[in-house]
Amino acid sequence: MMKIIEGSHAVAHAVMCCRPDVISAYPITPQTHIVEHLSQLVADGKLNTEFLTVDSEFSALSSLVGASVVGARCYSSTTSQGLALMWEVLYNSSGLRLPLVMTVANRALGAPLNIWNDQQDSVGARDSGWIQLYAENVQEAVDMTPQAYKIAEDPDILLPVMVCMDGFILTHVYEPVYLLEQDKVDSYLPPYRPAVVLDTANPKTFGAFVDPSKFTEYRYMQWDAQIRAKQKIVDAALDFQKIFGRYYGGLIDTYHAEDAEIMIVTMGSVIGTIRDCIDSMRAEGIKVGLTKIRSYRPFPAEALQKALKDASVIAVIEKDTTVGNQSALLTDLKAALYNSKLRMPVLGFTAGLGGRDITVTDIRKMVEISSRAKDGVAESDYQFLDLKKELL
Amino acid sequence: MKLTIGAVVEPGSTMVTKTGAWRTFAPVVDHKKCIKCSLCEIYCPEACIHQVEGLFVPDLDYCKGCGICSHECPRKAITMILEEK
Repeated sequence: MMKIIEGSHAVAHAVMCCRPDVISAYPITPQTHIVEHLSQLVADGKLNTEFLTVDSEFSALSSLVGASVVGARCYSSTTSQGLALMWEVLYNSSGLRLPLVMTVANRALGAPLNIWNDQQDSVGARDSGWIQLYAENVQEAVDMTPQAYKIAEDPDILLPVMVCMDGFILTHVYEPVYLLEQDKVDSYLPPYRPAVVLDTANPKTFGAFVDPSKFTEYRYMQWDAQIRAKQKIVDAALDFQKIFGRYYGGLIDTYHAEDAEIMIVTMGSVIGTIRDCIDSMRAEGIKVGLTKIRSYRPFPAEALQKALKDASVIAVIEKDTTVGNQSALLTDLKAALYNSKLRMPVLGFTAGLGGRDITVTDIRKMVEISSRAKDGVAESDYQFLDLKKELL
Repeated sequence: MKLTIGAVVEPGSTMVTKTGAWRTFAPVVDHKKCIKCSLCEIYCPEACIHQVEGLFVPDLDYCKGCGICSHECPRKAITMILEEK
């Protein structure tokens, strides 16, 4: 059923359809409406779940660790400083191999204090062992939710999954969304049946102490599960398409990639603007295309090598920076290309920090800079695209 | 033994995994000075001092050599001795 609905409410509805046993969350802008609506659904008797109202994000995720080991399907949502407060539990939950699903309503990390959108929060958690999927629009954030459970709970994977959606831009927008149908979700997503659970009748130790003789092997098993998740993410998208008819690509997706000389690589809601930009630039004869990252962790190195092999120049635009180096997606991508023998220029652009809009003008400026690099004009290979130099 | 996903193991794994090897100093109890006040047993953060046949004895499989027992002993009956291997 298509409905004009706020992004947060659509995601909450999708979570409800996944039948979580336990939800634990702490409200923080711009994530609040997701958990507020879930709590309303519980209060209205529409969602039969244990809704824990806790004192902090640290407690939110920690309580889900406890719930998950007894076999509960768990959900949380957070953003920014809240995600930062979960830091220790991010690593514990992925190391314990617990299939939690959490929506991150992407927001800048302070200081300076800022409540608006960028992706510094989840990008900073890229090494925590969580699978990270990035949604382009509300519909994709909705559809990624059951996909996330499907991937997380796969007995061959067992890793937590973050569904990342740009705060405000996607959480607070009202747009037409196909709400998930319960019967279809039930046929797509079977109940969670873990092989081992915490049970007083059959006691086990979860997260046992591991000394140097075995720690490397446990970390390797986690790393290996992420690598194997690449195929599962592709499969989860295809299975979803069979039941729901909607598909957004597997690990990546492309738009006008066929003969693109200038290839833009990015993730998240800015893709909507970029698609429109590509349409108008294509009409002017500019051969520009897009490669969209759906899965940032696991990083789709092989898929990107294939998708980018014919480009003359690559322009990476992202809403984060690595203070002291270049931005995250840019450096990941360059690492993926270095041993592949692809040697086109790769330019990096940080933009849209702390809620600044990334406009059509910004995208055109980026394409112009990239076009000059294609023609051999050397410029800085990393820059803040929308920097207001006059303020410095 | 194959490793399990998420390090899920049989309970009581510390019975097998000894953790005393990190120790530099080991407590040595002079039982003649001991007045059996049990403060060493109470203060031991590893709870590894137990009464064995009436005497307070540190379990060196788990003792980390922190010296709290020696510090707390009112009769200075416990001496920390450098262990050389």
